[in-house]
Amino acid sequence: MNANLETAAHPENLRRVAIDPVSRVEGHGKVTLLLDENDHIHQVRLHIVEFRGFEKFIQGRPYWEAPVMVQRLCGICPVSHHLAASKAMDMIVGATLTPTAEKVRRLMHYGQILQSHALHFFHLCSPDLLFGFDSDVAKRNIVGIAAQYPDLAKQGVLLRKYGQEVIRVTAGKRIHGTGSIPGGVNKNVSIEERDYLLKDVKQIVAWSKDAVGIARQLFEQNLDKYSSFGTFKAHTLNLVRADGAMDLYHGGLRARDMDGNTLFDHYDYCHYWDVIFEDVKTWSYMKFPFLRSLGPEQGWYRVGPLTRVTQSDFIPTPLANQARMSFLAFNGGSAASATLGTHWARLIEMLHAAEQIEELLHDSDLQGTDLVSKGERQERGVGVIEAPRGTLIHHYKVDENDQIVRCNLIVSTTHNNHAMNEAIRSVARQYLDGKKLTEGLLNHIEVAIRAFDPCLSCATHALGKMPLEVELLDAEGGRVDMLTRASDGIFCSPG
Amino acid sequence: MTDTFQLDGATVPFEEGQTVLQAALAAGQYIPHLCYHPEFKPHGSCKLCTIKVNGRTAASCTMPAGAGLNVESDTEELNVLRSTLVQMLFAEGNHFCPSCEKSGNCMLQALGYDLEVHTAGFRHMYPDRPVDASHPDILLDFNRCILCELCVRASSEVDGKNVFALSGRGITKHLIVNAESGLLKDTDIALTDKAMQVCPVGVILKKGVGFSVPIGERRYDKSPISAQALQDAPRGPEASGNCDACEDAP
Repeated sequence: MNANLETAAHPENLRRVAIDPVSRVEGHGKVTLLLDENDHIHQVRLHIVEFRGFEKFIQGRPYWEAPVMVQRLCGICPVSHHLAASKAMDMIVGATLTPTAEKVRRLMHYGQILQSHALHFFHLCSPDLLFGFDSDVAKRNIVGIAAQYPDLAKQGVLLRKYGQEVIRVTAGKRIHGTGSIPGGVNKNVSIEERDYLLKDVKQIVAWSKDAVGIARQLFEQNLDKYSSFGTFKAHTLNLVRADGAMDLYHGGLRARDMDGNTLFDHYDYCHYWDVIFEDVKTWSYMKFPFLRSLGPEQGWYRVGPLTRVTQSDFIPTPLANQARMSFLAFNGGSAASATLGTHWARLIEMLHAAEQIEELLHDSDLQGTDLVSKGERQERGVGVIEAPRGTLIHHYKVDENDQIVRCNLIVSTTHNNHAMNEAIRSVARQYLDGKKLTEGLLNHIEVAIRAFDPCLSCATHALGKMPLEVELLDAEGGRVDMLTRASDGIFCSPG
Repeated sequence: MTDTFQLDGATVPFEEGQTVLQAALAAGQYIPHLCYHPEFKPHGSCKLCTIKVNGRTAASCTMPAGAGLNVESDTEELNVLRSTLVQMLFAEGNHFCPSCEKSGNCMLQALGYDLEVHTAGFRHMYPDRPVDASHPDILLDFNRCILCELCVRASSEVDGKNVFALSGRGITKHLIVNAESGLLKDTDIALTDKAMQVCPVGVILKKGVGFSVPIGERRYDKSPISAQALQDAPRGPEASGNCDACEDAP
């Protein structure tokens, strides 16, 4: 077996198995496996087959349009793009946010975290976790969950609904609202809206706490499998508050290597390009970011809930922090280093978001009327936020006519590109190598991908010089010819 | 004694000099329209207000009201034609409502909803129309122009400036500005001009306003275009009307 599994030495003699599309994830992707006659695996790749063009077609548009237009990248976490673009535009207009503007935006963001995490755990992943990875495929879905665990399914739906209502109140619509604008927000939260949300918030906190308990229970029941499933060591990247606390809305960048050594801390994200760079590969529309100091081969890293919960010094809400301590201590730290520990970490964040929503709803600044500020105009703006799936970077350059001339987006799932590939290669080695493939075994690959809650539609947006590889196969699947276009746009045929 | 005509079976009174559209709106009878503006001489270009008068089609905004006319407006045949006209306007330009700051305040969008137009219905033409952002205070987004000429009329008749004109013929017809460079910055347009207020879509925009009005408080969030057109209608042939859309404009 090829140790690294990224590229087989002699693909022409191997059998190809594709999981296409990967299901119960946001967006469209596929996994390909290349196996020999003895079912040994030689290559495993997660391919992103969607093609988007937001970085290109935002060019020429007025800067104030970016927070509304770019959020259309996604229907699941548009608020993250809405806010990251707004933060970049705050820089463009030279704004320092008023307390009302920042708190309304934070409330919107916590609503987003709550609904996205609830959607992921209850709707997308609970079928794998509660029924088993290779359980009856006909039942392994949210309908099966609703039939066997009706209360749990209901909680999932209502948690998500509540998060969506928080977004509606702050952004004007549940999906693709307009609440956040350059320099602030376009509305506050009225007393009526606050009271409407306060009505159910205690129940939401309680259900979120229960969900954390479910994650723990799952680990306890499947300790060996969950601790080792698709597990690998990774460097990490996340935002932290000045005091080291988890902060999903704002902070400095913290990167640690896979042994826990700090590579940089509280790094000003306005200069992210000095520490992060993006690599491209011929077989995916998704880029491969890496930490510059470690290089493209070794510098890949993981972002998202598991990183945030383990790499922040504490969580600034009591129940979530208590849950974090318990998570870190569990079985000598085995959950905190496991790929499936991401589910547990995600639910801790959901609890944190619920607590933050409750806290903010009691803050009278939400009813303030000072909504927008501006200062000296700048030509470059960078906005970074911790989206549900991980660190999200928006970077814009705006000319003197107020038109966007350059845009770079590094999306959470893009940061996790290599990490997801590592996870599925780890699963392939553990569970698939040398075995007769079944639907249940192949679902193990998808389970590993789902742990990252990838949003594939967000993550693919390169345009123009994306490297491509086209293969011509004969009826038996043998390669007749191949044409490649490198990242510099030059075509070549190996002949 | 006031003369009357029949509109979809209802008796509509009118005064000498009123058009069918003016009389109908003043009487509380809505006829969909787009390029008509109560403060300007009717133009008859968009054809959204097409009616049948004694069995023959006519633009209600230019058709003089006459005693005893039998006018049909709210019929399936005419509403389908109107929907098709709106679809053609959407297909001809680049109307991306989801990221357009005029969304919720746009007459074309509001008419689309009112006429239950859910898709463009035709293959989009995706014309290449770069925006003119040269002016420090005003953005021109030609992608959304529907050639209603309201800005042309406002600049000429009210502002006395002739900043705008239409150039070309047929499918190549397009909005231009009156400057050798072709750029808005080289014209004498000002934020206070009437031409800044009349655009029914999102072409002429004050820079930096963007999405400052929250969803729920935009013009057509409050009530549909059919209801608002009746509120704005002039009540007599010489009255200038009360165009809230203009007053709401930045």
